[in-house]
Amino acid sequence: MTATFPDLHMSPRLLAPGGAPADLPTHEQRYGPLRHGDPAALLRSVAEAGLTGRGGAAFPVHRKLAAVAEAARRTGRAPVVVANGAEGEPASRKDKTLLALSPHLVLDGLQVAARAVGAGEAYLAAEEGVSYLESAAAHRRDPVAVKVVRLPRRFLSGQASALARFVGGAEALPTHQDPPVRERGVGRAPTLVQNVETLAHLALIARYGPDWYRTAGTPSQPGSALCTLHTPGSQPRVVEAPFGMPLHRLVPLNGMSAVLLGGYHGTWFPATEAAQLPLDATTMGAGVIATLPTTRCGLTETARVLRYLALQSAGQCGPCLNGLPRMAAAFRTLATPGPQSTTRTDLARWSGLVEGRGACHHPDGTVRLVRSALTTFAPELDAHARGLCTATDPTPLLPVPQEP
Amino acid sequence: MDQKPAQKIDIDWTSCRGHGLCAELLPDHITLDEWGYPLVDGTPVPARTLKRARRAAADCPVLALKLTATGMS
Repeated sequence: MTATFPDLHMSPRLLAPGGAPADLPTHEQRYGPLRHGDPAALLRSVAEAGLTGRGGAAFPVHRKLAAVAEAARRTGRAPVVVANGAEGEPASRKDKTLLALSPHLVLDGLQVAARAVGAGEAYLAAEEGVSYLESAAAHRRDPVAVKVVRLPRRFLSGQASALARFVGGAEALPTHQDPPVRERGVGRAPTLVQNVETLAHLALIARYGPDWYRTAGTPSQPGSALCTLHTPGSQPRVVEAPFGMPLHRLVPLNGMSAVLLGGYHGTWFPATEAAQLPLDATTMGAGVIATLPTTRCGLTETARVLRYLALQSAGQCGPCLNGLPRMAAAFRTLATPGPQSTTRTDLARWSGLVEGRGACHHPDGTVRLVRSALTTFAPELDAHARGLCTATDPTPLLPVPQEP
Repeated sequence: MDQKPAQKIDIDWTSCRGHGLCAELLPDHITLDEWGYPLVDGTPVPARTLKRARRAAADCPVLALKLTATGMS
């Protein structure tokens, strides 16, 4: 599932080489000892490194660390840190792969984060491999003991407020975030939720410093990121690539009509446009890159994904509950060659009505996918309106669970 | 603390059930969408409307409408 690409001009930082899981001695031999520096110096290092979150939002890590530490000072409560290994995105495999191959790098990063914010409790939340991760954690002598929790396999389980609630003993559902999780999360304590890949990078910055970190990537987007690559005819692969790497060097674009960047809350780009794009933190989301061959119908693929996204709505917020199923049904109409009536205008109106009107960003991400599909597949939309579909291969392509 | 920060309307979407009372009390700021859920214009609530806005918050059957100080994240 993992591969090292010699043409990426960097050796993987995070994934144990050879695709074999690294136990603690192997891990320590490869990376050397972890130093627990003082929190202020650590925060400066992270700020200088320019590390951003790898869960999809690319938020600057040092700002989140500082906000949690500040909330802890203000409330007098020791914060909680949570390593987010909930990879609800069906097209993403990078967090599962990282946890399977380099669990100790993530656990190192969790300790670094705990140290940086002065946390009293630490959790690692994952969907699978819980006993393996528990055994990895048990082999260590961590200053803050780590409790591994098994998350339900749902698209929204990894949403920060849902995760904080679940770790606190309730159902994994997003909540109204006022105050935000960083101020009041698990057990009402200030809570740092950080993606597992982010923590792995943090563990390396703590060891080797910001200058080393910045030797990969670009000045404005330093470092590297794990990506899940979907190319037709092969299993998804997880690779590590530096920011700024041209996309066409990561996935072959010959014979492709479009590329989905960032997963099911992401953006469709025409292949000609994607060929000009670099790997960019603002478009790559949590690192999913999926190519669509000219033989497939992008509208049909998007309709499949939208049905799944509508089913994955927690059903708590009125606009999402009402809007997403309607949008999915409308897109199914557009994916079927034939009369479209008012479907396109309905879809545009509902997109406007669900956007920004929920406790989490599920509606916003869904709208991003819809709008980019309508733009990228505009010629195909017109063909469908005339009763034609240019695709020749009806086999489903993108991984979508729970299909009928 | 002589000057209070401007207030804006915040909806807790997980609580809101589309009763619609807020739109009746604050028609200048809130309309209802086609499913009966509030569409808030997002502008700060002017001083003359504050009293009615507070009533809308207190009268919401599920207490889904809150007034929050702007400029806070």
